[in-house]
Parts: sequence; structure tokens; C-alpha cells
Amino acid sequence: MADDARSAARPAPACEVAAQVRSGALTARHVVERHLSAIAELDVELHAFVTVVGEEALADADAVDRRVQAGVDPGPLAGVPVALKDNMCTRGIATTCSSRILDGWKPPYDATVVERLRAAGAVVVGKTNLDEFAMGSSTENSAFGPSRNPYDLERVPGGSSGGSAAAVAAGLAPLALGSDTGGSIRQPAALCGVVGMKPTYGTVSRYGLVAFASSLDQIGPFARTVADAAALFDAIGGHDPMDSTSLERPAPRCVAAVGDGVTGLRVGLVQELLEGAEPAVVAAVRAAAETLEAAGASIEECSIPEVRHALPAYYLLAPAEASSNLARYDGVRYGLRVDAPDVAAMQGATRSAGFGPEVKRRIMLGTYALSAGYYDAYYAQAQKVRTLIIDAFDRAYQHVDVLLGATTPTTAFAIGSKVQDPWSMYLSDVFSVPSNLAGHPAVSVPFGADWSGLPIGVQVLAPALGEAAMLQAAAVIEDGAPPLAPPGVWAEPLGTAGWSSGGRA
Amino acid sequence: MGRAARHGRVVVRGSSVSAPSPGAWEPVIGLEVHCELRTATKLFCGCRNAFGDEPNTNVCPVCLGLPGSLPVLNVGAVEMAMRIGLALHCDIRPSTFHRKNYFYPDMPKDYQVSQYDEPINVDGHLELSDGSTVGVVRAHMEEDTGKTTHMGGGGRIHDAEYALVDYNRAGVPLVEIVSAPDIRSAAQARMYAGELRSILMATEASDGRMEEGSMRVDANVSIRRAGEHTLGTRCEIKNLNSLRSLSRAIEHEIERQIAVIESGGAVEQQTRHWDEEGGRTVPLRSKEEAFDYRYFPEPDLVPIAPDPRWQKDVASALPSMPAERRQRLRDLLGSAGEPVTDARVDQIATVVELDLDSLVLGSVNAGIGAPLAIARTANEAAASPEAARAVDHGAYGALLRMEQDGKLSATQAKTVLGDLLVAGGDPADIARRHGFEVLEASSLALVVGEVVQASPEEWARFRDGEDKLAQFFIGQVMKATSGKANGKAVIAELHRLKG
Repeated sequence: MADDARSAARPAPACEVAAQVRSGALTARHVVERHLSAIAELDVELHAFVTVVGEEALADADAVDRRVQAGVDPGPLAGVPVALKDNMCTRGIATTCSSRILDGWKPPYDATVVERLRAAGAVVVGKTNLDEFAMGSSTENSAFGPSRNPYDLERVPGGSSGGSAAAVAAGLAPLALGSDTGGSIRQPAALCGVVGMKPTYGTVSRYGLVAFASSLDQIGPFARTVADAAALFDAIGGHDPMDSTSLERPAPRCVAAVGDGVTGLRVGLVQELLEGAEPAVVAAVRAAAETLEAAGASIEECSIPEVRHALPAYYLLAPAEASSNLARYDGVRYGLRVDAPDVAAMQGATRSAGFGPEVKRRIMLGTYALSAGYYDAYYAQAQKVRTLIIDAFDRAYQHVDVLLGATTPTTAFAIGSKVQDPWSMYLSDVFSVPSNLAGHPAVSVPFGADWSGLPIGVQVLAPALGEAAMLQAAAVIEDGAPPLAPPGVWAEPLGTAGWSSGGRA
Repeated sequence: MGRAARHGRVVVRGSSVSAPSPGAWEPVIGLEVHCELRTATKLFCGCRNAFGDEPNTNVCPVCLGLPGSLPVLNVGAVEMAMRIGLALHCDIRPSTFHRKNYFYPDMPKDYQVSQYDEPINVDGHLELSDGSTVGVVRAHMEEDTGKTTHMGGGGRIHDAEYALVDYNRAGVPLVEIVSAPDIRSAAQARMYAGELRSILMATEASDGRMEEGSMRVDANVSIRRAGEHTLGTRCEIKNLNSLRSLSRAIEHEIERQIAVIESGGAVEQQTRHWDEEGGRTVPLRSKEEAFDYRYFPEPDLVPIAPDPRWQKDVASALPSMPAERRQRLRDLLGSAGEPVTDARVDQIATVVELDLDSLVLGSVNAGIGAPLAIARTANEAAASPEAARAVDHGAYGALLRMEQDGKLSATQAKTVLGDLLVAGGDPADIARRHGFEVLEASSLALVVGEVVQASPEEWARFRDGEDKLAQFFIGQVMKATSGKANGKAVIAELHRLKG
């Protein structure tokens, strides 16, 4: 993978690539071509991508280069390859949600985030694998088979945005977008050793994101560094009139805040966000806290017992919304249709054949939770729990600016080890779900590895719209993190380089 | 009616004021009216809201419910819903949307976005032209579905070969107006629906076209013994495509329920379909087969809270509603010292329903007596309502003045009005073309004198107080003048001769 003249001694995080494309030192075509070849070479092993869009990507790259040549601003992410989780609509390009039910469907429109990426000069190189309709924590629920963890091909990359996490970890794209409904960005980021951020609900448009649970879904960035994640968030964030739940706020400007340090920042270390975590994970979080303290933050141990109820509440609310959101896949208008003598039978046959077991499980769970006679006991009760969790966070944030905990209880687990036991799989999201219920931002930052070399993620949580402080803390943690060896599957499309050498230099 | 009489039922005519006698069957009826709003665009997207366009041309990712699409509420639709609410004297409340989940091929998302426990309009009422009042429980917003056409076979669902779906209507804004169970007869139900239709048209929220489905009515019907306070088991009747089928279906359903109970049975809670050809209702589904819609708050939309200032602006832009307009016409009679007879109540209702009140008001302002202005407008002008709405007010007033002054007889005036509505023009010219030269008082006296002389016997009886013989003399005078005489003037002359 050596790249002739430009064997820089560093990895090439997104901001650096963009700077070079903007200055003309690198062409976008070159950057994209190198990444496409890396994908062609390595994705056979990883299966991070469901679709690679080589031609379209090169055409987009050329458009960026023409702007550079013409002296027109090509955008802050000029020429940076981006991998998109395949639940975001791309005009004329298959959008599968890793489900058979969307077989053959090509959206007639681009998601808002896709338009914003293009406006920022970024180049979509492909669509990444996920658990079907984002339901899962390992990508094993994909109709196209699991993606693999670049650190250990026998282990999962996490999920549901496992393809995006694996692609960024293996260097197949400097940036990727995922969606996070209960941890689907942060959990795979932790398991793959990359940065993954779930922004405040309403800061990134959901228009064109195929819905799983509308009140929880949020698109967010994957990157190898906190600064890159901030840059991607800045590019895709901001009000969108096409999404009624989009906050009426200007686009975020977090990149500038990333290097500001944490002097005087009050950090709460949440007991409940360590409960049941492996010792190596607990140790990493404590070390991250010390890093913050050493950089000038104050650390306070705190308890938010209400978050223990988050997972059960989540597994009523998310399936309830999903049961309704996924009703439209009925064989009438698009995607799979299994013929049958009458409409109802056709719809039943189509859905039976088109959805995988986990999606069916959640549709049934959600249908039950909303049924007459059960609504109050399940859905309504879960909404009350949600309110309690929001109130509990609000109380905690009266004393601290950000909260710290583990992202996941464990490092990457073996493929097949949890598929027979949904509850143990669900527990993988136990630390990430509370932020979704509250609508708050949270980010997972790599912090070393366990004894077998698998990456560990620590999680920084913040109140609504607290992204700047959250990313400041994340950047300090990143700086102080022990070195993480590059994964076994590792492409260096733009040069030979180390892995965790910061990147904010 | 014969059947009703056999069952000893009191038929409540029009008014809920007249209560049935104790022990008789009392129908209890509530109506649910769906009204398509005449917004330029759909409820949650920018697609055109139009009837009759080429199928599947007014569609986009949002109204087709494509994966990833999201609704954005049309503020114009909210404003129209508020207009309807204000016209129905509702309270306007902060409101939310829910999802109503069920599978149907012409519903793109397989759920309907509708208002559920927090509707925008609540607690209103509607005053009917007979003076009765019907409560309005709520008037909420929701989206319409697409339209399925069954092809092949007999064109019916069960033997169709395939179906085509047109999504142009999917996402068109609807307001559903739910009445209280205050209606007591088919006639009153019809009057309510007609009145509501007038109001919807007056608010410009709807074109009120039942035949195009822009106004659709479902009826909930139950019966109980008069004097009872609990409600009987109800049936919901669907497929009522005209005011006529509405009243026929309700009549039939009342008869059916009475027959069921009087033969010892019990009414089963059902949804029933009105079979227009067969003139009967047939069961569609029972309570047990009813859908569980699994309503829950629509997470893709935010609550609506119209602020008082917006409500005030909407209210101040509302035109007068029919009840108010009828009152204004009644007041004209009142200030002229004229009684508001049942016949005049009906005339006023017709004038307002056909939107002809400005014709009456203009004439009265021009000095025409209110009874004449109302009668001519309700009885003659109303026969061609479109022409009447377009007629020149000055010409109309001039014609009524000629009649009022005795220059034209009533019959002549009606003839001239007919021509005026068809072709316009100066009523005096039209009268001349018909040869309706007005008889001068002197020549009328001459003719009356001749007629009296020719019929001495009748004249003697008239002089002895047999007033009805005036009609005989009027007829004779008309014959002699080819209809040019004015009846009132003839009577006046007869009385003058009588001395």
C-alpha cells in the first residue's frame, strides 16, 4: 500500500486530506482512487460494504478537483472519502438496510446528510453493512452476512453501524456516517477502536434516514480522531426544514472547540455506567478520568440509578415505534413482493420472507406493547421511565458539565457467541441507551486495549447541545490514551503510518 | 311510514324540539363527517392537492411513504382546520398527532397520521335552520388515503383480477367532524349534514362535493325507549354518498333495529354498509372484528399550539356563518313587523343555503318589503341559483319595485324574472317585450266596471260580503286584459266600487 512520493509519517485523517486537496497538494481523484483500491483489496475479508460506488465517487472527486482548479471553495471536507451506513437514502443507488425486503429498491432522492456531505466536498465511496434496519449490536442480523472486526476477523465489529466502524478502523474511509438509536454508533466505535459520536437529537436531519425508532434515531460521525468527528458533525448538522424534529439552530461549529482543553471542566464519573463492565474496561475509564484530571478537569464520582431502567424502557419504546415504521414494507409499492392469491396473503408472505428473525421479534414486541389493554402497562410506562431518566440527567448536570462512563461492558465478542441469546446481545447497549432516551449527545473515544489487544472505548456524555464541551473532553482523553496498535486488517491508502498518533497536530 | 305507525313510533320531523311520547322508540344518531380541505398542497408535503388529475402524478417520497421520508405539517391546513373549528364554535386547543396503525394497500405507510386524544377543535355546536342545536364533540385533522380501483371480474373486491392504486389523494388534508349523539331523526341528520356542508363551504375550507368524496358522512345509529337516558347499542353506517342516501340509510337502520328488538333480539354492535340499490344496510364487520389501531404519538411531528393572536386573526377573517345570516334575514322581517312563519323560515333557509342573501339584503336596502324580497328570492330566483348569484342587483331590485308598486302582477313579475336570470337586461324592457304594459289606473277602473256589469249576480254576492268572489273578478279582469292587470289593484278597485 506504499504511496510513492507522499509517504508521510502520519495517518491521514480527514482534516489533513481535505487540507491537501484544498491546497492542490493532492487531487480528490487520487485520494478516492486509493481508497477504492483499498476497499477492493481488503473488504473481501471485512465485508464492511454492501455497495461500493466507484464510478459515482470518481465523478464526484473530479467535480471537487474542478472546483479547486477553478478557485472555487471545494468545501471543508474536499475530497474526503466517506462511507455511508446503508440505511441512508442515496438517489439512484440501492439502499438496502441490509434487508431482503428492500430488494431492488433505489431511492429517488438523497438524504439531507448526503446533500450536505456533497456540499462540503466529501465523496461517498460506498454503503456499509448493518444489522437489518439497524436492529442489533453485531451486524450478524444483516441479510448479507456479518461484517468482521478488523482487529480479529472472528469477532464482531459491533452494531448496528458495524460496517461503518470497520471501514474507518481498517482505513477504507477516513470518515463514515452511522445512525445511533440505542448505541449503534458508539458501541461499534468502541469495539473497532475509532471515535463514534451520537449528537443531540434534532441536530442532524433524519430526512432520508430509514426509520427504526423515530424518537431515538440520530445520525452521527465515525472518524479516527475526535477532530475529524467534529469536522464531520459540523458538515452535516444544522436545521433542516424537511425534518420537523430538527432543531431550529444554525450548523454546529465544534471543530474550533476541540483543542480548547478541559481546565475547570467538571466531570462526573457515573457508577452505573461501569456496572457489570469487564475489569479492563473499568480500568480504562478510570484512567481516562485521571487523564482529564491531569489536564485540569475536576472529577466527581456520581450515581444516576435511574439509568438502570433505561434498557427495559428502550426495548418497549424502540420496538413500538419500529412496529409502526416498518409496516410500510408490505410488497405493494417497492422492494420485495411474494405473490399470493389476495392482498393480505401477499403482504403476509412478503413480510415473512423479507424480514429476518430479529426484526420480526421487535415488530412483535412493539405491536404487543401498543395493543389495546397493554399500552398503559408497557408503552406509557416506558415513556414515564424516559421522563425519569431525563430528569435524573438534568439533576446530575446541575453539578457537572459532562459525564464519563464505559461505552460497552465488553470488548468485541466472537461472531456467533450471542446470536442465540437476544438479552445478552441487548446488554451490549446498556451504557449507551440512556443518552438516546434523553436525546443527549455522547461520544465513544478509544482508550487502549484489553489483554488480547481488542480496543476499549470510553464514553463522554453531555446535556442537550453540549457537544463542544463533550468533544473537548474527548480530545483530551484521546491525547492521553495509551497507544493502540493498528488492526490486523489495515489499509494505508495515502501512506505508511502508525495508528494512534493523535492526528490533531 | 306505515311500518313506523305499526310500531307506534313517533316520527320526529326535522326538529329535535318535539319530543317523542313516552314509551315510543327514540332514535339516537351521531354523525362523523370527513371533509377534504381545499388547500393548495397536501397535509405533510408540497404535492398538489387536486381532484381528478392523472393517477400518481401528485406524489413525492413523503406522500408515498418512501423509506426515510418525514412529514412536515402544512400550516395552511392548520389554519383551515381552525376556521372550521371557529365556525362550529369550538375551543381551539394545543394538539398533537398520533399514528393509527392498520394495513391497507392504498395507505402508503400502513398507518394514518391523525389526531387522537388531543384534537385541535373541541366542544362546539351547530345551530340548524329549524332552531335545534347539535353538539360538535371534536373536529380533528388527519391525512386521507389513496384510492384503490378493482380491475377485472365484476369490478368488485371479491372477484377482481387485480387492483390499481392512485396515491394522488394520499396525504390530502382532512378534518373529521364528530357530532354529539344529539340527532333524533333522519330528517334532522340530513339537515345537520346540509348545514355543515354550508358552513364548510362558507369557511372556504371545502367545496362540499359529496359525489367527489370531498365530504363523506358516516352515521352512528341506535334506538332506545323515549325517556331513557342510557344509549342503545349502536351501528355505524358507511358509504353514504349523498344527503339522500344519508336519510334513507338512517330511516332503514332505525326500522331494522326496531324490528330486531321487537322480535326479541338484540342489536349487535357492527359497522354496516349502505347498499344504495337494495335500499338496506348490510353488515361489514362486528365489534370483535374491529381493528386494534394501536394509536401512539407520532414521533415525526411536534405539537401544534396556535397562539391567541393567530386564532384572533383567523376568527376576524371568517365570513358570517349560515345561522348568523339566517338570523339577519329573520331580523328584517321582525323590523318590518312581519311574522316569522314556518313558510318564511323555510324560505330563509333556502336563501342562505343557496348563498342568495345578498340579493335579499340589496333589495330591502332599495326599499323592497322584506316578505316580497325573501319570497321571490327563495321561490323563483332559487330555481336557478347560479344565475341568481350573478344577476345585477340593481335590475333585480327594479323588478321587485315594479311588482311592489303594482306595475306588474305577481305572475308577470315571475315571467320577467325568468328572462332576467337567463339573459339579463332592463326589467322594464323585458316587461314591454312581453306586452306587460302596465294598465293605468283609469283604464283598470274601466275594465273592472265592465266586468262587474257583466256579472250582476256575483257582484251582488260580493257586495253582501262574500269576499272570496274577489278572485272571480280578478280572473275576469285578467282575461279581459290578457293578464296585464295587477290583482291587488283589482281588489282595491272592487272595494272602491263597493263603497
